[in-house]
Amino acid sequence: MAASSSSSIDALSQFQLHPSLGLIGASVNFTQSNLFMVIAGALVLALLYYGMRPRAMVPGRLQAAAELSYEFIQSMCVDTIGPEGRRFFPFVFTLFFFILFGNLLGVWPYDFTFTSHIAVTLAMALFVVCMVTVVALRLHGLHFFSYFMPAGVPKALAPLLIPIEILSYLSRIISLSVRLFANMMAGHVMLEVFGAFVVMLGSAGLLGIVPAGVSLAVNVALIGFEILVASLQAYVFAILTCIYLHDAVHLH
Amino acid sequence: MRALLLALLLALPAAARAEGMPQLDFKTPLTVSQVVWGAIIFALLYVIASRAALPKVGEVLEERAARIARDLEAARAAKEEADAAVAELTRATREAHAGAQAQIAESLGAAKARAAEQAATLNARLDSDIAAAEQRIHAARRAALGALGQVAGETAQAVVARLAAGTVAPDMVDRAVAAALAARRPQLA
Repeated sequence: MAASSSSSIDALSQFQLHPSLGLIGASVNFTQSNLFMVIAGALVLALLYYGMRPRAMVPGRLQAAAELSYEFIQSMCVDTIGPEGRRFFPFVFTLFFFILFGNLLGVWPYDFTFTSHIAVTLAMALFVVCMVTVVALRLHGLHFFSYFMPAGVPKALAPLLIPIEILSYLSRIISLSVRLFANMMAGHVMLEVFGAFVVMLGSAGLLGIVPAGVSLAVNVALIGFEILVASLQAYVFAILTCIYLHDAVHLH
Repeated sequence: MRALLLALLLALPAAARAEGMPQLDFKTPLTVSQVVWGAIIFALLYVIASRAALPKVGEVLEERAARIARDLEAARAAKEEADAAVAELTRATREAHAGAQAQIAESLGAAKARAAEQAATLNARLDSDIAAAEQRIHAARRAALGALGQVAGETAQAVVARLAAGTVAPDMVDRAVAAALAARRPQLA
């Protein structure tokens, strides 16, 4: 673990990708990141399948959880996008719970957090922005480009305003992806750093016991904080997607 | 603290790459392959969720909403029915009350009328009885008064004949009796 010169804490190797599922996984470059994507997806479907199996008029705990998750995302879609939001509900549902379960799985020790990879979050953000653009173009045709020139603005400002609007539109990809990736990565780096402190200080003798205990306490607090961040970032990703879809449907 | 760490991570991409920030390591094919697999997994999840899993949840929720609406409707109908029954009951009670009142008033009136009639006939009979009795009393008194003059005259003649051993002219006696009677008439009448 101990590196040579600058730092003795290796906080980044936890993000390294490995092929999983043995030789078959290696032959198709199926990584442990993808394994956890499958687990997250399976958990989402299991929640829905086992939750809704009783089809009870008065739901039990698991069914109530499944129904609550359904209604939570549905009301998010309808409240944010409007009545047209029903069409996007399955997508937002999948997006939210894929990210949420990915984030929450990552808090579990030894689990891999696939949302801590910028490539994954960038792909999701890219897909969201492309989908939003396609929806807007399909609904409004070329009228969509009036989105970049807000109504009621003097024409003289157009040369300044239009590039800014286009830039802000495109920067959605960056903000959406970096927000999620950076939050997840930073949290896991901090967990690793304080975890290493516990080990290093704890093995440093009597003087190290107290700071090691403090580091352990910090890590416990961080775990709770990570659970909050995991839920919050999934929510932020989903609600921003809804807001972008609202803009696409209504053009401001 | 988090932001600081983040800024550090992003501000030093070169250093990070040199140190080996695994997320930016595009030398290994795994970085890109995980995205490809991720897209496949996400698409699969979306298809299963949107085609199979979510409609089932929606079905149950709709069923429940329909059941609740149906039950509410039934409750409303039952309430309306009950309200109508109560109104009918109140109306019938009021009607019966009014009918009974009318019947009571009627029979009361009839009884009063009968009693008044009976009282009237009784009074009439009593009046006629009284009148007849008074008439009989009048007649008797008149007869008695009529006889009084004759008796008094005869008595006076007998008294004179015995005391004066003579007779008195009967018309003189009659006149004296008549005058005496006339003087007392107010008391006798």
